[in-house]
Amino acid sequence: MLSIKDLSVAFKTRKGEVNAVRGISLDVAKGKTLGIVGESGSGKSVTSYALMRILDAGGEIRTGEVVYGGIDLRAASERDMRDIRGREISMIFQNPRAALNPIRRVGHQVEDVLIQHAQATRQDANAKAIAALEAVKINDAAARYDAYPFELSGGMCQRIVIAIALACKPQLLIADEPTTGLDITTQKAVMDLVGDLTRERGMGMILITHDLGLASQYCDRIVVMKDGLIVEEGDPHKLFTDPQHAYTRKLVDATPRVGASIRNLLPPETRTAEPAHKVHDRPLLEVRDLVKTYPGKSGPVQAVKSISFQIKSGQSLGLVGESGSGKSTTSEMVVRLQDPTSGNILFDGQDIAATASARFMRHPMRGEIQMVFQDATDSLNPRGTAASAIAEPLARIAKMRGSKLNARVAELAELVGLPQPLLSRFPHQLSGGQKARVGIARAIALEPKLLILDEPTAALDVSIQAIVLNLLVDLRAQMGMSYLFVSHDLNVVRLLCDEVLVMKQGEIVDRGPTASVMDNPSHTYTRSLIEAAPQPPNPVAA
Amino acid sequence: MADMTASTPDTTRRKGDTTLGHIVYVLRDNPVTMLAFAMLAFFLGCAFFGPALVPYDPLATNAARALEAPSWDHWFGTDNLGRDVFSRVIVATRLDLTISVAAVALSFVIGSILGSIAGYWGGWLDAALNRCLDTIMAFPLFVLAMGVVAALGNTVENIIYATAIINIPFYARLVRAEVNIRRHSGFAQAAKLAGNSDLRVLAVHIFPNSLPPMMVQVSLNLGWAILNAAGLSFIGLGVAPPTPEWGIMVAEGANFIVSGEWWLAVFPGLWLMLAVFTFNLLGDGLRDIVDPRKRT
Repeated sequence: MLSIKDLSVAFKTRKGEVNAVRGISLDVAKGKTLGIVGESGSGKSVTSYALMRILDAGGEIRTGEVVYGGIDLRAASERDMRDIRGREISMIFQNPRAALNPIRRVGHQVEDVLIQHAQATRQDANAKAIAALEAVKINDAAARYDAYPFELSGGMCQRIVIAIALACKPQLLIADEPTTGLDITTQKAVMDLVGDLTRERGMGMILITHDLGLASQYCDRIVVMKDGLIVEEGDPHKLFTDPQHAYTRKLVDATPRVGASIRNLLPPETRTAEPAHKVHDRPLLEVRDLVKTYPGKSGPVQAVKSISFQIKSGQSLGLVGESGSGKSTTSEMVVRLQDPTSGNILFDGQDIAATASARFMRHPMRGEIQMVFQDATDSLNPRGTAASAIAEPLARIAKMRGSKLNARVAELAELVGLPQPLLSRFPHQLSGGQKARVGIARAIALEPKLLILDEPTAALDVSIQAIVLNLLVDLRAQMGMSYLFVSHDLNVVRLLCDEVLVMKQGEIVDRGPTASVMDNPSHTYTRSLIEAAPQPPNPVAA
Repeated sequence: MADMTASTPDTTRRKGDTTLGHIVYVLRDNPVTMLAFAMLAFFLGCAFFGPALVPYDPLATNAARALEAPSWDHWFGTDNLGRDVFSRVIVATRLDLTISVAAVALSFVIGSILGSIAGYWGGWLDAALNRCLDTIMAFPLFVLAMGVVAALGNTVENIIYATAIINIPFYARLVRAEVNIRRHSGFAQAAKLAGNSDLRVLAVHIFPNSLPPMMVQVSLNLGWAILNAAGLSFIGLGVAPPTPEWGIMVAEGANFIVSGEWWLAVFPGLWLMLAVFTFNLLGDGLRDIVDPRKRT
């Protein structure tokens, strides 16, 4: 149905020309799902933009042909392309909220595309739009028709986007990271929905994702892209069990899965023995009856409802939950960026919740509890170099100055594997993985006893995630730190944590040693989380 | 993008990494910026050395050569008292630039402080400050400046204060918005964990990030401030004759346009226009210089 031959795309930038896609060929058959898997910068999204002819300014298709159902998309006029987009080929984007117009009712947005492609008249648009919303399994579609995007959850917004994409019954759907940023149970619901709809309607689909596990579950064929080239193509199961290309093998290895240890995520040649970490009996952190209530428009909102837990010295505790479960609020209270409404936080026997967060920077315990933030880019001051970010806690809390400070910064960079020359760079000159390392170096600079990790790998490519997770394991063994690891990804928690807490709507619903919670979940919610996680086929040779 | 443990990028500092190197890069990259900076250098030169270089004393009258058209002796002609217009235009640069730079600096500092406080702490402080600024904005700004000068007295300092007051709301609002979007950012929280007090987080980490858009505002404002000062002088408030000042010179010269002596008003007006033009062109360049993200 769609055939791409020798496509190459180049962008003009200030530093000269960048070849984003360098001669790729692929085919999508009717009713089949093709997965394009690759890490950031591999050119997977650019490929889809090129075939829809919606490349950013400066981007240009250099060579190759794109043929859809006998139409040469490269030669088609802009007018023809407008008819094809939405009518024949539709697209779902990464961030559903950004893809919807925030000030228009979602029903009207569905109507727009129907009317644009003459699939509906003004009179029956309303009924057809509601039917389209029902098709994506939106409950009470007639009422949702009048909602604005901000009134709907992320998963609901993505359903609307899918409804818009499918409203005109296109033959090909391009889904560009459709579930990034969605919760794991929502991800499953959305992917199942897309899978069912494409199957029912016999549509072709291109699923663009960085998650090999997800692709293997929903695709008939997978192509793996790297640096604008296709390095491997084949059946998902075969890709996993018998990857031919070294890069595919690296990706397969790096995908967290049941039965793999943390070192298994690394390429075989760089694997070393996993260092053991000692867990002492002495509790380092004890949280008692912690409550956080926010004043809301319609009455107070209880974000955290009286939770208690403890972390032993040297232990790693996983805090798992979906968005809105209160896990971030809990971690922010523990790290003393927020004040609890009531409850105690005992650190080394001392109630640190007694000191208000606004005054906690002078507390002697400040250096003992540090945090690695979720978004490494956002957590670094764009105006400061990597070195200045790492030096900040040393200069402010440890009062280090001059050459001693520089030496310590260099030592920390060494420890987290950040090459020295990168220290003088600004955040925007660093890659995602390098920024994550800077964030970790800053957090461990004062050798804290407790490190709070708020989804530290959520924004990273899997191969970088593998490296960062292993770095965290090494640091834990070296420095004897305790971790509070906040995550929504159970597969990652399983690799790193001794015990796990599962939070839902501000309450702890499940807790216990990681292995027993994961293998024999006692709570239905835990079970649904585990089932929702993509289960990539296990490679034979680990 | 790929694995960075193995790669060891070049250790040499690239040229664009130093501040001076970056400025040179920005100037080279954009010829308009280059032109703006060249013109700024010219005006600054006039302000510093003008009085020493001009051919005539700007205050010396010469009744014998009054109202002469531009010639080789008097490039911009002479006025009704026989004073050399060229000398007066050049000498006036210092006064006009002083007024605008001082006024903009004052409103920049006060506006930044007010805006930072409102944006960071929010709440009733924010609401109160915003209503005060709204009150200032509610007046026609030039009329407000007239009122201030008329009330405080006709001196250069008071023109500066008046110009500063009418510009404070623009800075305060801009800074407020820029600070507000960053107050919960990761790097602000990380700075708190590193032992910074709220005030330090605000001053050292958050506020400097609002500099790039501020620079655009500053350069536009420098132009407005000159126009404002000239405008006040034009209507007789502010700088008093016989001090050379572009606004007064245009005002005085305007009387003679009808009778054909156009050079009295045109040359100071032209200089005023060029100065405003320079500052307006300067904006993008200044922004690029203070924005670290441009250092790619």
